[in-house]
Amino acid sequence: MSHPLPFPERPSPGPPRPYRFPASELRPLPLGARVRVASIDRVPLITLVVVCRSAGASGEHPGHEGIAALTASMLLEGTTTRSGQALTDAFEALGASVWASADWDAATIGVTTPTRHAESALALLAEMLREPAFRAPDLARLQAEHAADRLQAMAEPRVLAELASQWCLYAPTSRYRRPLSGTTATIGGLQPEDLRAFWSTNYTPATMTIVVAGQVDVETAERLARPIVAGWDTSAPAQSDEGATPRFAAPRIHLIDRPDAPQSELRLTRIGVPRGHPDFFALTLMNAVFGGLFSSRINLNLRERNGYTYGATAGFDWRRGAGPWSASTAVGTDVTLPAIRELLAETARMRAGTCTDAERALATSYLTGVFPLRFETTQAVASALASHAIFELPADYFDTYRDALQAVTLADIDRAASQHLEPTGLQLIVVGDAARLREGLHELGIGPVDEVAPETIERAP
Amino acid sequence: MAVPIETYTLDNGLRVVLSPDATAPIVAVNLWYHVGSANEREGRTGFAHLFEHMLFQGSAHVGLNEHFELVQRAGGTLNGSTWLDRTNYFETLPSHHVGLALWLEADRMGHLLPAMTQEKLDTQRDVVKNERRWSVDNRPYGTWWERLPALVFPPAHPFHHSLIGSMEDLDAASLEDVASFFATYYTPDNAVLTVAGDFEPAEVRTQIAALFGPIPRGPGKPPLPPMELPPVFGRWLRETVEDDVPLPRLFLACRIPPAGSDEWYVAAVLAAVLGLRRGSRLVRHLVREQQLANDATAFTYDLTKGCDLLVLDVTARPDVSIDTLEAAVAAILDAVITDGIRADELARAVALIETDYLSALQSAQERADRLSMAMTYFGDPTRVDRELARYADVTVATVQDFARRTLGPDNRASLRYVPRAASAADAA
Repeated sequence: MSHPLPFPERPSPGPPRPYRFPASELRPLPLGARVRVASIDRVPLITLVVVCRSAGASGEHPGHEGIAALTASMLLEGTTTRSGQALTDAFEALGASVWASADWDAATIGVTTPTRHAESALALLAEMLREPAFRAPDLARLQAEHAADRLQAMAEPRVLAELASQWCLYAPTSRYRRPLSGTTATIGGLQPEDLRAFWSTNYTPATMTIVVAGQVDVETAERLARPIVAGWDTSAPAQSDEGATPRFAAPRIHLIDRPDAPQSELRLTRIGVPRGHPDFFALTLMNAVFGGLFSSRINLNLRERNGYTYGATAGFDWRRGAGPWSASTAVGTDVTLPAIRELLAETARMRAGTCTDAERALATSYLTGVFPLRFETTQAVASALASHAIFELPADYFDTYRDALQAVTLADIDRAASQHLEPTGLQLIVVGDAARLREGLHELGIGPVDEVAPETIERAP
Repeated sequence: MAVPIETYTLDNGLRVVLSPDATAPIVAVNLWYHVGSANEREGRTGFAHLFEHMLFQGSAHVGLNEHFELVQRAGGTLNGSTWLDRTNYFETLPSHHVGLALWLEADRMGHLLPAMTQEKLDTQRDVVKNERRWSVDNRPYGTWWERLPALVFPPAHPFHHSLIGSMEDLDAASLEDVASFFATYYTPDNAVLTVAGDFEPAEVRTQIAALFGPIPRGPGKPPLPPMELPPVFGRWLRETVEDDVPLPRLFLACRIPPAGSDEWYVAAVLAAVLGLRRGSRLVRHLVREQQLANDATAFTYDLTKGCDLLVLDVTARPDVSIDTLEAAVAAILDAVITDGIRADELARAVALIETDYLSALQSAQERADRLSMAMTYFGDPTRVDRELARYADVTVATVQDFARRTLGPDNRASLRYVPRAASAADAA
């Protein structure tokens, strides 16, 4: 019962209003540290993030996998003069939220605080970084929590799929093969002195950038940041980036059994390229077309055309070393095989140099248009500037980001697809009901089907 | 952050909230329909949410897959979400594309049905079934968000049944259901449209009048069954679920007054004292001191009709039984009833709420969504700017008085997840 009502034509956009990424200033601090300040006078908040480029997981010794993340967590567990509880209470009494974590490339210790409490919050942050206690009972508690987290991870099909992906993708010599947060064995064996040693070697002003975003001027920010590093005389550690050697030279299927699972978690993955690779922008657009946008090829195919899934996405995990690229989806158990065929067919089609100019234009205008939308909060700006420091991006990176995207041609995208989506090295991870999938996976003819027990992933290589 | 708020109503009943703020060239368009899973008829659980999916399948002037594509081509983000008593749709765009978002929303409010086909319905039904598998069936503890409402609301209550719906009911949904749901609930007089961020109010008013003005008012929606409930459950409700989970996990809910009431702010501050971040009571006592729990948090459900829920969500350490965990959580509630809370705990909670609030409202879409919410539920979007004052009004005395009436054994509901193997071993 629809009556035709008059309806206006789709409106044309008005003139765009210019946007600039918040301007920031970089200043030197003592001992090789630096502070980067973006003054944003919007709400009375300041986000400050200490980025330590030598304290990520790639600085770990074999057998100590996970020590970077655990050391960062232990910074929240107290200082020589304050228990972990007292430290937490002191931050939270200010309305400040504090975090400390480590990824592959860096440790980041940050706080978002009301401007009026910035002085106190940053003094606490400095104490946390400079005078950590590494008390045995706190370590024992975090080790027990880590062991419980591992149990949860092994029961969660999405996490299991990610862990299995890196396990199957990288050679045993690669740190990227094993969980970022370590395994029960590597974490369980650590002593307080191991963490203290990791901290004293890797937390050093020479590899630190302190990022400040929010309601603060550059002078004040510099004054607040200086005590975090002043007088902290340590030698800079050698930084090594991950070599990222592949485990298999040819495609294989890795099947992880979850009896009676109603869905199969799928990951089609291969080793990507380091963040600093010259094809970064071409790959970003290629990936957007393939699996980054809602209107991407794999989402339109697997979700909107076939109804196999709630969603299909693809992305690079950008690191200083070559992190993985993967296409991810979860599909009904009964449509797993046709979904895999579609995923592989889309990968082959992308690789064949079929990107259209309409697809390129859509991806480019999406990524350039959403650029300002990504930086509405002090945390978002601080986090972008932290990545800038971690990957040592060019000074004008944010100012030229949209131009760089627009400069990518169709030929660049096709070339990136053909070079970086080669079938060699593609691995397929399936977390699902093996009894119902095993036979069909063999018949796909992609490669050998390995059945991987979750416990294997957790154990040493 | 004094941002102006203008409110007006079109002749067809559409309520409009405009909140211009030119800080960044970003605009948020946010549309709330006052309909959710509570409005579903028997045998059609999950329909409100399935219907939300159909709103992205095109309308009279928008082709299949074009809705997402137009917004993404403009450099915008978009989505929709369905809740127990409302459904929202939203776009965030570079500000010069505000007209596009308004046009898309008006087309699907005024002219959805010509674009609906059986094929689209069948595909989205499959998508939603996969959403159910992904978020509920193939996720450890994933059934909690349909089991908890089922436990705490009586069977006939509109909040009792599953929001995502059963596979059988999803199968039963027809194009006729789409047409009648649309005619009943997706009408201008059952909606609130908010535009926040960088735009020219006079221009946007003109656009809204032209686009939404001609859409006819609806026939009126059927009233919901009575939502009022006694202030407490009356006894300790318990359900134990054996599942493929590695660790026991407890959801302990207390019935509290509806969101937006004065007492609700007391409950929300209490939830923060109990379970917001690392300095909260649950983390301090259960994770750090007693080491019975691996994670602990507390939150409110934010329901504005009948009653709301305060929920404590605590996951045990591997060697801790669900009974031990539940007793320890109960002891924490008992202590609040007996001894109240300290002034520094109250100050901590309010300070963290304030920082989170300021932080969140930097986002134009977050602000737009809260304005739509305040207009839809309370008819007054300016409540958004008074929120912080209401949290700050809470005192140690009001918390203890509230706790005495609300946290006792006659108002607790435990949803207890236990690992399947362990419970079999217990039975043997």
